[in-house]
Amino acid sequence: MAKTRVIEIDPLTRVEGHGKVTVHLDDNNNVDEARLHIVEFRGFERFILGRLYWEVPVIVQRLCGICPVSHHLAASKAMDNIVGVDRLTPTAEKMRRLMHYGQIMQSNVLHFFHLSSPDLLFGFDSNVDKRNIFGIIQAYPDLAVKGIKMRKFGQEVIRATAGKKIHGTSAIPGGVNKNLSLAERDHLLQEIEQMIEWAQEAVSIAEGYCVDHLPLLQQFATFNSSHISLVREDGAMDLYHGVLRAIDASGNVIFDQVDYRNFNDYLMEEVRSWSYMKFPFIKRRGNLDGWYRVGPLSRMNTAGFIDTPLADEAHQAFRAFSGGRPNQMSLAYHWARMIEVLHCVEKIRHLLHDPDLQGSELLLRGQRREEGIGVIEAPRGTLFHHYRVDENDQVTFCNLIVSTTNNNEAMNRAVTQVAKAHLSGQKTITEGMLNQIEVAVRAYDPCLSCATHALGQMPLDVALYDAAGQLLDRRLKDGR
Amino acid sequence: MSKILKFEIDGVEIEARRGQSIMQAADDAGVYIPRLCDVEGLEPQGSCRVCVVKQNGRVVSACTQPAIEGSQVENETEEILGYRRDLVRMLYHEGNHLCPICEASGRCELQAMGYRLGITQATKYPYLQPVRPVDASHPDIVLDTNRCILCGRCIRASRDVDGKHVFEYVGRGINKRVGVNGNRLADTDVELKDRAIDLATCPVGCIIQKGQGFFAPIGERQFDKRPITLGVGPGKEKKT
Repeated sequence: MAKTRVIEIDPLTRVEGHGKVTVHLDDNNNVDEARLHIVEFRGFERFILGRLYWEVPVIVQRLCGICPVSHHLAASKAMDNIVGVDRLTPTAEKMRRLMHYGQIMQSNVLHFFHLSSPDLLFGFDSNVDKRNIFGIIQAYPDLAVKGIKMRKFGQEVIRATAGKKIHGTSAIPGGVNKNLSLAERDHLLQEIEQMIEWAQEAVSIAEGYCVDHLPLLQQFATFNSSHISLVREDGAMDLYHGVLRAIDASGNVIFDQVDYRNFNDYLMEEVRSWSYMKFPFIKRRGNLDGWYRVGPLSRMNTAGFIDTPLADEAHQAFRAFSGGRPNQMSLAYHWARMIEVLHCVEKIRHLLHDPDLQGSELLLRGQRREEGIGVIEAPRGTLFHHYRVDENDQVTFCNLIVSTTNNNEAMNRAVTQVAKAHLSGQKTITEGMLNQIEVAVRAYDPCLSCATHALGQMPLDVALYDAAGQLLDRRLKDGR
Repeated sequence: MSKILKFEIDGVEIEARRGQSIMQAADDAGVYIPRLCDVEGLEPQGSCRVCVVKQNGRVVSACTQPAIEGSQVENETEEILGYRRDLVRMLYHEGNHLCPICEASGRCELQAMGYRLGITQATKYPYLQPVRPVDASHPDIVLDTNRCILCGRCIRASRDVDGKHVFEYVGRGINKRVGVNGNRLADTDVELKDRAIDLATCPVGCIIQKGQGFFAPIGERQFDKRPITLGVGPGKEKKT
């Protein structure tokens, strides 16, 4: 009987949450199939039932410690619907936007500097002992300090707008509970110009890496896919609010100008037995062909332009890199992520000079509704929150399609492609080979905690099975 | 007989009017004795035992025990603080006190007492994790008895101030809880203006006014700037 081997990478490292990768090899050690498994489960969609609608933005943000603001705001937008508010006061919307820009900035910086820079600067198969943030601090101290200080600045923006750096409470149904004091504004203004300069440097580093490694980018986890994101009605990138736009691999519009409250008419989710993470797809294309990508790469592909000058210039360079067609290179996520950081810092600077942030009209109330849908562009991509609330104000239904979930199929394809390229025909599996797979997953900055609404750190497990399913070899990286 | 008597709390002499409880005398003298079931404007009932002190070597609740001429009261000793910590820990373990997602966080007296007593982590007791239905039937008020600490403040306020008897203890022993005079809150005559519903009455997040959650920003909540102490806490500024 023919035998296959299965390699497990468990745990995945330098990503958020718990996951593992299995790679199935045939008799000739060629990769037959590779899968990213999400092995944790939390069940927020169930235990939120029965809770009161105004508690939801505070409860669901506990899905994650990295991007709680995204869940806080997506849930708040849904609850705006519940209290009958379609348009916030200028102060409320700008406070939420400021919070969100701080969030995207700190999360993207965290991913680039703390999690991915060791791969990019040292090499995918470099000495594993140095391939981490401490190695970066030792080899590139200036860069490490900038990364840490940029993340700190983003966290300070969140603290000033949400009340705390992690798990704040300021977005409430129909508005916010605080404005920005002059002292808070002045504190942030002290560092904003430095942040602009460093964000430009970060874009240059990411762009330089992509330009210098073009052959690698063209073959490493590069595949055609559709892309989805929110965009402003005029096509500008908008991370907080807008309409849904989907494009195919050639850049043709699949749908556009879609009110996100109708997302169920356009998207569906499929459940597969081997993962706690669902597989969303574009309804009209079916579950086989309807998969898509979200996140920084997709936002660069869907947006016509960026409404801040420095980021727009970087966006144009990004688009030119792939000849104006959608960029399909997974490693280009890093470049896109840094362009977003620059955009966020520009937006923060603009908002800090806006007197609306010191306004006192914080909250609105309208006609109570039973259903609320909130969608936002989180650091990792489009985030959907959908709730129903009964006449007693208790939640009766909750469905969350989290950013990372949208990228499920794409990450699996990335894993398969990289495994075929680097593990096929190999009798011995080295740590460096396995890290190639991790690099592919890491490009998507997956938050597996969010995606499964689950708890914990992110480990990686690669195992090698024979055709009869017997474990032959296994490499573990324990993130615990 | 003089109407004024003298006694000592932790070695400091204070005066009391005859008939005053140890706590009333301490309050008048500016000495804080921690408490949860006692609140300004309601009759003391001595049920939470957080105000436990030693009077001449005997353990008593300061809110119900009269001050005695020449007595020695121990308040802030390690032994007494140990009792209080254990009592408050048990309250945490009896209910579902999930501070991070509770709208009472920052104004909750149980939380503030936990901080005051240095309770910052799980303890030796098992969590009982009650599963009691949340009563959100009333248009303005929610009752979540999973957070109740059985202080009885709502019961006394409804009975003695509002004259309505909306709330009462039901069940015995470990099954004791606060119930309402009807199948659900919507069947009672409770109103938002009642003293029982005042946010200063419920020391935790058991009785909630609908649609008001998280209105106070972090940093401006009751106990964000000052720990719970004399004059800082719900009810102190709301004499009835």
